[in-house]
Amino acid sequence: MIIQTDNSGFRHPIASEITPESVYQTRRDLIRNLAAGSAGLALTAWGAREAHAQTPRAGQLAALASVPSAVPGALTMDKLTAYKDATSYNNFYEFGTDKSDPAKRAHTLVTQPWTVAIEGLVKKPGRYGLEDLMKLSAMEERIYRLRCVEGWSMVIPWIGYSLANLIRKVEPQPGAQFVEFITQSDPKTMPGVRGGALDWPYVEALRMDEAMHPLTLLAFGMYGEVMPKQNGAPLRLVVPWKYGFKSGKSLVKIRFTDKQPVSSWEKAAPQEYGFYSNVNPLVDHPRWSQATERRIGEDGLLAKKRKTLMFNGYEAQVGQLYAGMDLKKFF
Amino acid sequence: MRAALRHPAAWWALLFTGLLPFFCLVGLTLQDQLGANPTEYLTRATGDWTLRSLCVVLAVTPLRVLSGWPEWLRFRRMLGLITYFYAVLHLACYAWFDMGLDLADILADIPKRTFILVGFAAWLLLTAMALTSFNRAIRWLGAARWRALHRSVYAVAVLAVLHFWWMRAGKNNFAEVLVYAAVLALLLAWRIWRRWRQTRQQG
Repeated sequence: MIIQTDNSGFRHPIASEITPESVYQTRRDLIRNLAAGSAGLALTAWGAREAHAQTPRAGQLAALASVPSAVPGALTMDKLTAYKDATSYNNFYEFGTDKSDPAKRAHTLVTQPWTVAIEGLVKKPGRYGLEDLMKLSAMEERIYRLRCVEGWSMVIPWIGYSLANLIRKVEPQPGAQFVEFITQSDPKTMPGVRGGALDWPYVEALRMDEAMHPLTLLAFGMYGEVMPKQNGAPLRLVVPWKYGFKSGKSLVKIRFTDKQPVSSWEKAAPQEYGFYSNVNPLVDHPRWSQATERRIGEDGLLAKKRKTLMFNGYEAQVGQLYAGMDLKKFF
Repeated sequence: MRAALRHPAAWWALLFTGLLPFFCLVGLTLQDQLGANPTEYLTRATGDWTLRSLCVVLAVTPLRVLSGWPEWLRFRRMLGLITYFYAVLHLACYAWFDMGLDLADILADIPKRTFILVGFAAWLLLTAMALTSFNRAIRWLGAARWRALHRSVYAVAVLAVLHFWWMRAGKNNFAEVLVYAAVLALLLAWRIWRRWRQTRQQG
């Protein structure tokens, strides 16, 4: 058939005319909720449907509405990692060192109530409740590449806002040059904390300009929903141009300081893990190459590993932060 | 029990049991049930089963001596070859799935991960034993030389634990390593103790 018509099934309306799945899903939810008698709640969500981002909900946890981010570099076009892979293959040593441990054990984590203590060189220190933090700025969806120092990678649709919004709110003092992130460490609910893999609590840190970079994300959710516990509920950091371990999970304290903090991995193995830990294919880990990576769920058994990108592909956005620095020395 | 050990079906049953993990792995692979990182899953699983079969094959002699039943010996060669089979799969997972059979990449990788060298040394020793595992090889080599060669399985046990321990050292995660180390140490210690007792009785 040379002349194609709409009826032949091969011609499609232009992309902008296709109803996004998220929109018709909300309609279906509405009908379902009407039947269940919870229309009042559902109508609120229906009213907020404009705020739905592109990624369809995973259908596992409570929805978290967001709009696609306008920050340059925040929406990679790479194919998303399957939700199942992103929630079953995690490094979260507080729940065990095996990557299947967090999915099995993190259900014990208590995320309500949750407060984050803001300390150190700020004008407005204090304890901030999770609800207040979630209202502090508009939720954005950001699709980031995630590169683990171990040589694998994922693509995750996070939900949150630039950490800079929070930092501006608490008003750092002029002397504040670093931001330290202290994560939850509760031996009662976190079996890994009872073991000696690392010194607990887990501590990570950024230079102030890194923390203020718009790509540095304070994330409250992923895949259209609130954060799964194994991924660092209720809130975590996501620094897409650094190896994954720099992005602390289940944050309980953010401290502003004038001295460069020592992160947990730096303390455990200073010759292997530096303060910066920027993704860099040219600087190998002492025990393995960082030139390539395996994209989880995509690169099959027989596929070659893909090349790792400088700053995990965010060089255009963050390269200038490290201008003139010897990245082999400051690894 | 002793009659059962002597039954020809026992040999086949044990062979089938020994290969069961392999069949399971093939099944999981075909059904795409290996989790988020199939390469890692297969490499780990084949490594685990190499260690487990190594423990089993090294238990043959203690079982034979402690029970007084020479029938156990019927299974030793087969169990040794099963160990080698998993060791070959383990090496193949690394070289093929992880490194894409790229020799340059492999050669660049090994100096960074010296534990691979240890594992490879153990694999070479296992290869030498597998190649001389048939009856005629005993005649060719002479029983004494053959036995000396096959005693290198004790070195394999040490190298295998070192390989595993070194690999896990990066994460300070030694719980599993200690289990295998304890089992293998017990099996080797029993041999040393027996040797020591024999020499004392003779002397």
